[in-house]
Amino acid sequence: MKSLKGQLSIGIVCLALGLMLALQFRNVQNYGGIMSVQRAQELATELKQVKGQRDSLQQKVREYESRILQYEESAAKVSSVAEDMKKDLEKARLLAGLTDVEGPGITVTLTEAQPNQEFNVFYIHYDKLLRVVNELNSAGAEAISINEQRVIAMTEIRLAGSHININYQRFAPPFVFKAIGDPQTLEAALKLKGGIAEELEFYGISVTIKREQEVFIPRYSKVLEFKYAKPVIK
Amino acid sequence: MILPLLGLIIGVIIGVLFPYNIPIAYSAYLSVAVLAALDSVFGGIRASLEESFDSDIFITGFFGNAILAALLAYIGDRLGVPIYLAAVVAFGTRLFQNFAIIRRHFFKGRVKTGK
Repeated sequence: MKSLKGQLSIGIVCLALGLMLALQFRNVQNYGGIMSVQRAQELATELKQVKGQRDSLQQKVREYESRILQYEESAAKVSSVAEDMKKDLEKARLLAGLTDVEGPGITVTLTEAQPNQEFNVFYIHYDKLLRVVNELNSAGAEAISINEQRVIAMTEIRLAGSHININYQRFAPPFVFKAIGDPQTLEAALKLKGGIAEELEFYGISVTIKREQEVFIPRYSKVLEFKYAKPVIK
Repeated sequence: MILPLLGLIIGVIIGVLFPYNIPIAYSAYLSVAVLAALDSVFGGIRASLEESFDSDIFITGFFGNAILAALLAYIGDRLGVPIYLAAVVAFGTRLFQNFAIIRRHFFKGRVKTGK
């Protein structure tokens, strides 16, 4: 250790050690160290697994549904009463938003003028979305979806953190509305003087309305359950 | 003793001022490498006290151990085997052993001068 060479070598090594120590220390300070990394990895794998489970369950739901449809059809063939019942059922499903529908209508796209900002006045508020839905409904829209989420009687449109929840799923701009109905009426309802489109433009949200011959609106994909409401039997 | 201390301080300063962060994914490997390096330094101090210090062995041991430990930890991660645990245990044990020997050297020296 007395020789200069030895001293120098230890000096260089200590330099490297200090560098590593400082880097690692800063990393742990910033991210919480190896344990939290492992925890994050665990959670990520868990999330992946649960997502896979969800997907397979959804797949199963689809299978069962197609089987129910088969049963219904075979039942309808047997008697005319069953056939009438099937027609009623289809009508009820249509009303409840449980079937994919298509027809003429419009698509409305709302985009923020200044995207990627944490918070600004031009942010699309959920009440704006609600008002668009309201306008479309009052103009006779028969089916509405926002970002492929079917709007039904129980659909919520609500701010949740920095996202907007629709059918319990999180969304961020842009929002694409699809509505089936008379395209001209629907468009006119939004473009009324002093109406919703003008107001949105005023707030810096660009509104693109397109009339379409064929609009496809997906069904409501979650399970509807009535826990409290019971039908009244007279 | 001045040169090693100076090196350590300069290293820490460079590390603190370093504008680039190690990616979080590699942080675990760096921690194992740090442990290996610490072990090497303690080994070096012990060797110098025993007057069997060889700078070549010291330098190769320092970088070799650090790189090998990080590499093994990486391979272990890929294979799903927590090899970094082995590195932590091995280097940790050696570190404490070295420290114990260094301690004894110091006490030996004190007793000699005391007499």
